[in-house]
Amino acid sequence: MIVFDGVEKRFGDRTVLSDLNFSVQPGEHVTLIGPSGSGKTTILRLLMCLESIDAGTISVGGSYLSHMEKGGKLVPADERHSRQVRKRIGMVFQQFNLFPNMTVRGNLTEAPTRVLGLSRDEATARAKELLDLVGLADKLDEHPSRLSGGQQQRVAIARALAMRPSVLLLDEVTSALDPELVAGVLALLRDIGRSTDITILCVTHEMGFARDFSDRVMMFDGGRVIEQAPPAELFTEPREPRTREFLSALLSRG
Amino acid sequence: MENLPRIVAVLLDGVPATVIATLGGIVLTIVLSFVAGLALLSPQRWLRAVSRVYVELFRGTSEVVQLFWIFFVLPVLVGFQLVPLFAGIVVLGLNHGAYGAEIVRGAVQSVPRAQVEAATALSFSPAQRMRRVVLPQAVVEMLPPFNNLFIQLLKSSAILSFIVVSEVTERGVQVLVPNFGSDIVLIFTLMLVIYLLLALVITAVMRTLERVAAGRLGRRGASRQARAEVAVG
Repeated sequence: MIVFDGVEKRFGDRTVLSDLNFSVQPGEHVTLIGPSGSGKTTILRLLMCLESIDAGTISVGGSYLSHMEKGGKLVPADERHSRQVRKRIGMVFQQFNLFPNMTVRGNLTEAPTRVLGLSRDEATARAKELLDLVGLADKLDEHPSRLSGGQQQRVAIARALAMRPSVLLLDEVTSALDPELVAGVLALLRDIGRSTDITILCVTHEMGFARDFSDRVMMFDGGRVIEQAPPAELFTEPREPRTREFLSALLSRG
Repeated sequence: MENLPRIVAVLLDGVPATVIATLGGIVLTIVLSFVAGLALLSPQRWLRAVSRVYVELFRGTSEVVQLFWIFFVLPVLVGFQLVPLFAGIVVLGLNHGAYGAEIVRGAVQSVPRAQVEAATALSFSPAQRMRRVVLPQAVVEMLPPFNNLFIQLLKSSAILSFIVVSEVTERGVQVLVPNFGSDIVLIFTLMLVIYLLLALVITAVMRTLERVAAGRLGRRGASRQARAEVAVG
């Protein structure tokens, strides 16, 4: 579903990702863990085209995201091409990023109508279904500023799902939430993971969630994958000393 | 003081022209502010350059000279003269549009990057991101500085007296001062009062718009009760 081939990303003269190769199967749930600054979030941002790539290629569902084929050669993708590929990808952000100039209804229907060409009625019906799913059926005409952080993040999840993505990117979606709201959002994500076949890439510091949600966990350090394994294996018998260190630091913290 | 009714009547005679020049100038200012302001943010280098030249040219030269240029020099170049009131509106709009362009640019840039990223993640095109997400939020930031700008425009409309538009200042200086010279304190005080009252009207309208726009974003402008509920909930 997703293929990273020799991907490199630099910010100025700092190399964030170097020669990164990995692929994700359709329907797979992959969690990226690692110390902050290890490049996890950058991977999600590259997939969403929020950052440009310095070397290598990324493809999603068989088409290049960062490049396009033109006259038999690979050239950097233009805005239109990457938007086309990106339509299959949804993203949920740490800070929710709901649009404050729209109600919950607007947040959920604006992109489906403007981008996917759904009618207002179809988009609204879909919005109601999704609000039901995230447990906020009564908030359709509420303003985002009147929702709690947990509720806003549920709406943001619904907003991403409204585009019917085949890939969903979760960027530390519970990090900005009050502790008592975290469990609810994670339960919702587990539910979505079970009931859909969406491919999910997830950056999180919630190791309990990573353990029972993911098919595979990838440990990052210094812009490289230093270890990857199913969670049962990686959390109980990490091979790399760096992974062990990272996990025990997390455990002693919380 | 026995001349008061006549002085007031003559000054009020000038109010329609002042109001028309101000409203026309405001409409042109808004259009130019958005066109030039968005051009300043364009990825196209030449578009940014054209807009920058416009802004610096009209911001950096005298408004009165601009007026004379359009009213007296342009006819020499193109062979016809603009109606004075219209020439005035054009200069007021061009001049204040140059200031307004910076207001629009600043407000658009003040919208958090995360909002643009969220819109990008939903596959909005660049134009849709601007139109649906960024501008509606930026407009709220623009209203207070635009209030200032519109009041300045109102006061600048007095320069139209130089090309003999029958607006408030022209009435006072050309008609009243020669005929009621002894009432000069009264005449000029009343002129100030008229501008002040018109400025207060502009402020009242802009404040209302601010409240409506802020309410739409669920901000401070929303009713106190709604905010209190959020605080409790």
